[in-house]
Amino acid sequence: MELSGHLLSVLIFFPAFGAAALLLLRGDDQLWIRRLTFVVSLVEFVFSLFLLRSVPINAPGYSLVEFGHWISSPPINYHLGVDGISMFLVILTTFLTPICVLASWHGVHHRIKEFHFTLLLLEVGVVGVFLSLDLFLFFLFWEIMLIPMAFLIGIWGHERRIYAAMKFVLYTMAGSILMLVGIIWLYNFTGTFDLPAIQQMLHDGVLTLSTRTEMLLFLAFFLAFAIKVPLFPLHTWLPDAHVEAPTAGSVILAGVLLKMGTYGMIRFCLPLFPEASHRAAPYVAVLAIIGIIYGALVAMVQPNLKKLVAYSSVSHLGFVVLGIFAFQNISMQGAVFQMLAHGISTGALFLLVGMLYDRRHTFEISDYGGLATPMPRLAAFFLFVVLSSLGLPMLNGFVGEYLILLGAYQVHWTWAAWAATGVILSACYLLWSYQRVFFGEVTHQKNRELADTDTREKWILATMAVVVLWMGIGSPFFTGRFAAPCKAVIDQMARPFAREAALPAASPDTAKPDSSGHILASNLTPSSSERSGTR
Amino acid sequence: MTPPGTQDILRVLPELAWCGAGVLLMLLQPLVKNRQALTLISMLGAAAGTLVTFKAAFGEGFGGLVQFDIFSLFFHWLIGLVAFLVILASDSYLERENLAPAEFYALILFATAGMGVLASAQELLTAFIGLEMSSISSYILAGYRRDSIKSSESAVKYFLLGSFATAFFLYGIALIYGATGSTHLRLLATADPSSNLVRLGLSLILVGLGFKVAAAPFQVWTPDVYEGAPTPVTALFSAGPKAATFALLLRIFATIHAATDFWFWAFWILAVLTMFAGNLGALVQSNVKRMLAYSSIAHVGYVLVAMAAVTTAKNADSGLDPAAAYAAVLFYLLSYSLVSVGAFTIVSDLGGQGERYINTDDFAGLGTRQPFAAAALSVFLLSLLGLPITAGFFGKLYIFTAAIKSKLIWLAVLMAINSVIGAYYYLRIIVVMYMHDHKGNMPADAPTSLSPTVAMVVIVTVLATLYLGLAPNHILGIVLDPNLILSAR
Repeated sequence: MELSGHLLSVLIFFPAFGAAALLLLRGDDQLWIRRLTFVVSLVEFVFSLFLLRSVPINAPGYSLVEFGHWISSPPINYHLGVDGISMFLVILTTFLTPICVLASWHGVHHRIKEFHFTLLLLEVGVVGVFLSLDLFLFFLFWEIMLIPMAFLIGIWGHERRIYAAMKFVLYTMAGSILMLVGIIWLYNFTGTFDLPAIQQMLHDGVLTLSTRTEMLLFLAFFLAFAIKVPLFPLHTWLPDAHVEAPTAGSVILAGVLLKMGTYGMIRFCLPLFPEASHRAAPYVAVLAIIGIIYGALVAMVQPNLKKLVAYSSVSHLGFVVLGIFAFQNISMQGAVFQMLAHGISTGALFLLVGMLYDRRHTFEISDYGGLATPMPRLAAFFLFVVLSSLGLPMLNGFVGEYLILLGAYQVHWTWAAWAATGVILSACYLLWSYQRVFFGEVTHQKNRELADTDTREKWILATMAVVVLWMGIGSPFFTGRFAAPCKAVIDQMARPFAREAALPAASPDTAKPDSSGHILASNLTPSSSERSGTR
Repeated sequence: MTPPGTQDILRVLPELAWCGAGVLLMLLQPLVKNRQALTLISMLGAAAGTLVTFKAAFGEGFGGLVQFDIFSLFFHWLIGLVAFLVILASDSYLERENLAPAEFYALILFATAGMGVLASAQELLTAFIGLEMSSISSYILAGYRRDSIKSSESAVKYFLLGSFATAFFLYGIALIYGATGSTHLRLLATADPSSNLVRLGLSLILVGLGFKVAAAPFQVWTPDVYEGAPTPVTALFSAGPKAATFALLLRIFATIHAATDFWFWAFWILAVLTMFAGNLGALVQSNVKRMLAYSSIAHVGYVLVAMAAVTTAKNADSGLDPAAAYAAVLFYLLSYSLVSVGAFTIVSDLGGQGERYINTDDFAGLGTRQPFAAAALSVFLLSLLGLPITAGFFGKLYIFTAAIKSKLIWLAVLMAINSVIGAYYYLRIIVVMYMHDHKGNMPADAPTSLSPTVAMVVIVTVLATLYLGLAPNHILGIVLDPNLILSAR
């Protein structure tokens, strides 16, 4: 099929064509603008499902690779490819976009055309980030995505929207411009921006970086990603951005944009700078654990429902970072799974909070109370999502956190112990806030007449609920597809001479998990024991 | 000395065309009353000067006083294009402000000819003549709005400080002549690098030229002059003279060994000071024209980063190839010139009569009132900011690459920090245009749409900005031409 040769390009640019088509419609033709955007994003989702067929299971490496020369000097190439990790993140993006269009059907009233135009452009940037195999192309999409997101927050957000939009842009830009310096510095050593080529150089030992250079390069990349994640203490932009963003903006922001940071760590930081990653890991892990606990504690005292969900993201993303920097096969899989699960669960939470806001125009928990009486269906969905977010077994949140804790335990038991308190705390703040919003007496007269979910909302929530359940029960469907690329990352982390330098006694064959993701407790990667020694 | 032959004339053909068109305009002034006809003639003059470069053969002229090569060809094109666009943009401005067109256009063309001389000068006194030609025309242009106090202030300030800087330049030449017995760049190339007299002379030259490009600490005049001058003239100032002066700086500091060995730190410090002076100054501006003036200082700082890379790479024992650094300077000057002309032109037209509406608040809600102008201005601002798929992004990228190739990591990091500071004030304008609503109604005399000639300039510059951002290969082929480097040597 002709299409499959350029499937990735189609995935990136199809929304752009959709956006261009939107420009042809009249600005006040609200219904057709919404319909067209919905159809475009739905078709994009269907396209992305073709990826499932094209990406082989149990094989690392990139599929559907596209390569073309773009700029002659410095040599920047249009190099795309997809593997098990990026595939699911792309599908998550294309899945959430139509949901966002539906969710904004009644919530967004002004400048409808611009809103949907921006939403589709955002999708272009995000999908491009996940599919780029050229460092430069990656950076390009990373920057391009910034402007539509800032517009989403700044034009269609709430009261302090402009402050939040500026903060979001400046934080991200501060990180990314340093990443640009890092990318060019790396180019200066390698003569190429091509990620697989650089990895090959590292693998063959053609390229060796001095310890200091590697560390600085690692920091240049890591800082950009850590701001995006956001890792404690760089998280302060996130609550502002989330609270001020419109529902669709929050869903995309929490669902996909934060994952760009963790994806960048997996794709770039670890394989390109293995030794620096190893040396930074204890510090990163500590920051991640602080983030888990701090995020949870702050969430607990939030009087603002949306801010609560935002801080819960800080906490959940801390798990992901911990999972990545444990350098265990199993925790890496857990991290990827948690990225997807968080995208769905937190996305759903933001949708629900948005639905409450559409009815009452407030995020204050104290303005609610006893909502289960007037709106039982919404309460039921809310409970379901809350349970998935706090990690109830059989639902999606459990799998990721469990795998991460398992992997972290193998590195150091205290990591797992501290992180596990985050699980408990998340149960506390989520259930407590749920109780305050939905149970008890109806304290405000206004809340008595609130309408329950309409057909549109039911469909949105039911779709999300099905995915939540499916991810919880059918997790091997997912882990099986990204196990191989995760293992590839871990393998790239251990360069021969680095291993010898770190721990001469260990043999490289000790860490051999089977494909289902189980791993024996004795299977430590060699460097992990070195790390526990330093702590 | 033999009288100039055909070959000599061919080397300065563009300058002759520009000057000739200027003189023609002065002669036509009493006869032709139609402004548009004069605009057309001067545009043809600007284009003619650019197009005759096709006829001009490469080589030296006037016994080595001028040199026409790919390097000067590039700058002649750049200057000619800027002059062409500025004249086109001035048409509606002159009508709106009720100013006499003929002299205005003639002065622009004379200034352009001066810049052309600067770009191809191979000898310091020739360069001085070029500098004076462009400067004196500029002084008059800055004060062209005679009824405006700000414009007169601008002219006087520019004139006094400019003459002072020119004196520095001239004194530098004298010292160099005293030390080496020549003012010819080719003979200077072998000057003794350790001679203090040469160093002193070169540093005075650097002061003089640093003033012309508005490098800190010689930048203080810039915001006032830029703000007071008629906005099309400001567009010209921010693009043409800067590019030409950088051409001369490149010729001097890339060819003379005495210059390359010693001057790295001078450019390093100038670059850092200029970047911070420009960006921090721009942060607190509420007048968009003034903000763009400060931003132009900041961008000079970025070019100076590339100049530092040039001097490092040219250093005899660095073993580095300076090609990337040259290319960075040239590409950045081109991209910045286009964007800056476009941005100032839009601001000029949005300002209305007497340029009254150029505060940030006046731009509120522009995204809904004038979608085209707002979108175009956003493209320019994003390019100044250095966002991908615009010219400014690749300009910045090449400077980063050049700096890092020359191992100037810290300079690159400082430039990165400055880019983020810059992001704030550029984005603020975009935020105001799209996210704020205008308080109350716009005054009745505020313009409601761009005038046709301005729209043409804007379309051309927007397309050029995106073209350089999406497909820079062609221009890169020119600026990376190996002959370019040979000729600058």
